[in-house]
Amino acid sequence: MTAPAIELKGISKSFGPVHANKDIDLRVMPGTIHGIIGENGAGKSTLMSILYGFYKADRGQIYIRGDKTEIADSQAAIRAGIGMVFQHFKLVQNFTVLENIVLGAEEGAFLRQSLARARTLLKELSEEYELHVDPDAKIEDLGVGMQQRVEILKALYRRAEILILDEPTGVLTPSEADHLFRILEGLKREGKTVILITHKLREIMEVTDTISVMRRGEMTATVNTADTSPEELAELMVGRKVLLRVDKTPSKPGEVVADVKNLRVVDSDKVERLRGISLQVRRGEILGIAGVAGNGQSELLQVLGGMQDATGEVRINGEPIDLTGTKSDARTRRARGIGHVPEDRHHEGLILNFHAWENVAFGYHHAPEYNSGPLMDNRAIRQDAEAKIAKFDVRPANCWLEAKSFSGGNQQKIVIARELEREPDLLLVGQPTRGVDIGAIEFIHEQIVALRDQGKAVLLVSVELDEIMSLSDRIAVMFDGRIMGERLPSETNERELGLLMAGITDTDREHSVAEIEANLAHVAGKVV
Amino acid sequence: MDKLPKWVDVALIPLINLALALIVSGFVVALIGEDPFNALSVMVRGAVGSTYGWGYTLFYATNFIFTGLAVAIAFHARLFNIGGEGQAQLGALGVALVCLALPWPHWIIALPFAILGGALFGAAWAAIPAYLQAKRGSHIVITTIMFNFIASALLVYLLVGILKVPGSMAPETARFPEGAHLPSARDVLAVIGIPFARTPLNVAFLVALVCAWGVWMLLWRSRLGYEIRAFGQSEPAARYAGISPLKITMITMLISGALAGLMAINAVMGEQQRLIQDNVLGAGFVGIAVALMGRSHPVGVLLAAILFGALYQGGAELEFETSVPREMVVVIQALVILFTGALDGMIRRPLESLFARRKRSTSGVPAE
Amino acid sequence: MSVMKSFLTATATLGLMAGAAMAEPGLIIDLGGKFDKSFNESAYNGAQRWVEETGGKYLETELASEAQREQTMRRMAERGANPVVVLGFANASTLEKVAPDYPETNFVIVDMVVDQPNVQSVVFSEHEGSYLVGMMAAMASESNTVSFVGGMDVPLIRKFACGYAEGAKAANPDVTVIANMTGTTPAAWNDPVKGGELTRSQISQGADVVFAAAGGTGVGVLQTAADEEILSIGVDSNQNYLHPGSVLTSMVKRVDNAVYDAFQAAADGNLQTGVVVKNLESEGVGVAMDEHNADLVTDEMKAAIDEAMMKIQSGELVVHDYTTDDSCPSLTF
Repeated sequence: MTAPAIELKGISKSFGPVHANKDIDLRVMPGTIHGIIGENGAGKSTLMSILYGFYKADRGQIYIRGDKTEIADSQAAIRAGIGMVFQHFKLVQNFTVLENIVLGAEEGAFLRQSLARARTLLKELSEEYELHVDPDAKIEDLGVGMQQRVEILKALYRRAEILILDEPTGVLTPSEADHLFRILEGLKREGKTVILITHKLREIMEVTDTISVMRRGEMTATVNTADTSPEELAELMVGRKVLLRVDKTPSKPGEVVADVKNLRVVDSDKVERLRGISLQVRRGEILGIAGVAGNGQSELLQVLGGMQDATGEVRINGEPIDLTGTKSDARTRRARGIGHVPEDRHHEGLILNFHAWENVAFGYHHAPEYNSGPLMDNRAIRQDAEAKIAKFDVRPANCWLEAKSFSGGNQQKIVIARELEREPDLLLVGQPTRGVDIGAIEFIHEQIVALRDQGKAVLLVSVELDEIMSLSDRIAVMFDGRIMGERLPSETNERELGLLMAGITDTDREHSVAEIEANLAHVAGKVV
Repeated sequence: MDKLPKWVDVALIPLINLALALIVSGFVVALIGEDPFNALSVMVRGAVGSTYGWGYTLFYATNFIFTGLAVAIAFHARLFNIGGEGQAQLGALGVALVCLALPWPHWIIALPFAILGGALFGAAWAAIPAYLQAKRGSHIVITTIMFNFIASALLVYLLVGILKVPGSMAPETARFPEGAHLPSARDVLAVIGIPFARTPLNVAFLVALVCAWGVWMLLWRSRLGYEIRAFGQSEPAARYAGISPLKITMITMLISGALAGLMAINAVMGEQQRLIQDNVLGAGFVGIAVALMGRSHPVGVLLAAILFGALYQGGAELEFETSVPREMVVVIQALVILFTGALDGMIRRPLESLFARRKRSTSGVPAE
Repeated sequence: MSVMKSFLTATATLGLMAGAAMAEPGLIIDLGGKFDKSFNESAYNGAQRWVEETGGKYLETELASEAQREQTMRRMAERGANPVVVLGFANASTLEKVAPDYPETNFVIVDMVVDQPNVQSVVFSEHEGSYLVGMMAAMASESNTVSFVGGMDVPLIRKFACGYAEGAKAANPDVTVIANMTGTTPAAWNDPVKGGELTRSQISQGADVVFAAAGGTGVGVLQTAADEEILSIGVDSNQNYLHPGSVLTSMVKRVDNAVYDAFQAAADGNLQTGVVVKNLESEGVGVAMDEHNADLVTDEMKAAIDEAMMKIQSGELVVHDYTTDDSCPSLTF
């Protein structure tokens, strides 16, 4: 019997009082794809950081191909044949592909020689694993899918036998993700071992051989992919049954709340981010905006939320609103009944260093009930915060904690509580469940649907196609600052939406991956 | 990363920093052949050993409270106002113009107008860099420090020209009228029968305390303070909440400049009683160290200002009493600033890991 | 424990010192430092001479900054120094305020008049001395152009310049006088680099004799003059030795005598308050003649200045004093 490629025995790691990893055992056989799933904060990333030498385990042993190995730093990990592809790529933007691959693994004193050697090796690797990239292209000119390939090549160039990928599909379109999975299959065929960390159930079911589930720092189960189901995995992750599909009644659209015509935004680099967006959102419906990140969805939310100036026309309940900051800002938008759950709760929706109660008033701090005379009525704000924390089951239920001390899901609940409890006529929601664990996703989705059922209008932006498909009553796809088309969820599928997201409107035809990537790279080049 | 207990952050770290600075200073003093323990005792005694020492310590501290608050409030909006020096100089001009404008009958009438003058001029001087930052993105660190030079040059221009007493040789204004002299601590305490040495400590100290309280109220009790703090934490979040970056940048810098300008109430109206060229004495820059050491909290600023006041006064005594040269006194003061301000992280990180280790060994709370 | 002990020892020592220091005179060295080779140094030398000759002791401190004048002055008075000697006009308004608070202490201010009952004001007839060096400059000049570098642009320095120009024109009616000031702030007393630059610029305009009345800045003027091989004239202290063969003479202003006299008078218990004028007659100002400039000074020059000196002392010749009417007939600024 062959030794496992990686075997962990009793790995434990704590940060202060928090046990990030508790007594973890893991066996991954060579030539397999092993998935590790778990909610945010379950300890997946910590475990992989231990394996890659970023952290040192408090207890436990690591065996690589049967040999007990000390991994003191990432150089030791590379020597042991471990390669890592991070969620956020570690590439030098204005270097070429080749230069990035050689960077840190130069041999000899002269760069020219190691570049020449690398070029030959890179050619072999590309052919062996179907990882085609132009070695002389600059990273900044490549799309994210391509950049990810460079990261994989970087690891292979360093003779990695074990490849760890951390949330690799977060930035990819469905078709790019499919291509990545084909590459992983290829690696597996060549005898490499792949560890895939993700919280997306669909892809882990699709590509892995075995799956380990982590919950609260512990390894709760390891199963063969063939013997399990998404529902079972979700239950293992959360510890209870969860609804993966949103339970909602058909929408009953009423009159138009938001009427947007020909919205245009030019950013400070003179790049046109919105190129004439027109859409309508009605009472009692959720309009979902699908798209690859960076195609103007953020700007759309920011314009409607009063954070960015634009030209064009926006009417709320029939009344026009000013689109320039001198006359109108986020405060006046709130007064007009627009609520906004922003895409980036860390930098926009919350002040992480403020107490939870201070965050509950954020954006509404001028409201009369939060003030008495010239000063803020902090006691009233705290009372209101405690009520909202209780109603939205924010944990821990302590309004004196700073926002940064809450988990992603609970942070989002604070934002949702603040915005939804005001019962806005139009709710703008960006990436409502990004970095949120499954239990909270369910709750947040229920709240958004409940608001719709009260007869309010919801504009939902998400890069998660699953979320768009299950929540929206109508879907608009954005690409390069334009709306490529509108579909009803019942009359479309992921393939069609995926092509629209890549800017391809003749969705009946077959399209090569290269064509899609070329399209996306065109946009990515503009995203700084 | 693990958080430190609050008492470590606010008390232990500054104390360790201070101790380190004193130890290094001790070595420096020993190197030039003086007894470091004697030097330390001269400094301590000189600063707090008599009402004379206290008077000067608190007089200098008053300057540092104003400039420290000015830097601190700007820090909360993540604006690094290093133009306190220039704003204080302009504040001095404002105070001087007010004091010289009328034959004031009594200081109690003159004081509010002088406060207004100092605050207005200081704020006006901060307004230009603030506008350039908010509208044009010119970095405030660069503009404020350049404005220090302009302020100094402007003052020289006025002092050798328009404001100079005709026939006088010194570049200074006439003395302020009797009615614009602030009562000193000696005068005030004499009323209730407490003897106090003749020092420049004056009622401006009380104005500084009121300002510290006002800054605290502003930051943690008012909507404006809430907006300033939110803006300082995250500009996108501020825009999300309908807080105008332009408005907050302007208002914060105006308040900051006004506080720096108020320093002149103490230095110019309280002590010098005329406008001279070098009236700020570097207090604008000490304010940065004071704000850093005081963690930008008014109470911290107050305590740090008193410490720096003691250093200034103790340093002056050291120079009088021993043969430690003046330059060495500056070195000692600089070491304290270096350790408490710039090298803060040197102490913080080891302490953080120390406390993390200790906590880990005493408790075993599971992950959330 | 040992800290405590040394603390106590120090306290005891201070007590002793305070007792012994009761009647010691005090000297506050002004901005620029005591080794400025000029004004401060002259005062310091006077004090040292007094120490050497009488074996007495005095307290000395150096002013740290403009704004600490008052604290330094008070500190000196509180420590029991009597008299307290302060140097320079910049102390006038501070002394005006401080002196009444210490009626038991006498103060001496050099270069300015402070009208307080316990203050002796020592002023010098700089215009007279400058007149003499101006004559020498004009007689030594081959280009018929002489120049002047002042420190801070204040009436006192204009008084120097005006006397200098008047003397030069008296010796040679066709002479051109170029006058420049280093600055308008006290920093101008200690900027030798700028002093050198001004000198260079004056040389390019034809000047071949330069008079520096600029405190520490003058060091740069004299250095440049020596480098460029023209003649220079020093001020306050006798600066002839700095660059023998290049320094024509120095307009000495006996600040050292003023300090010495004040210390001595106080020791004798007969310090006179009020205004004391130190002029040519009382040798408060004068022209420095020594072995360093003997080769540069012609007999003709000596005769001319001797004659002028006699006329001034007899009252036959009145050199215009700029500070009397803030104007100068022989030079425009």
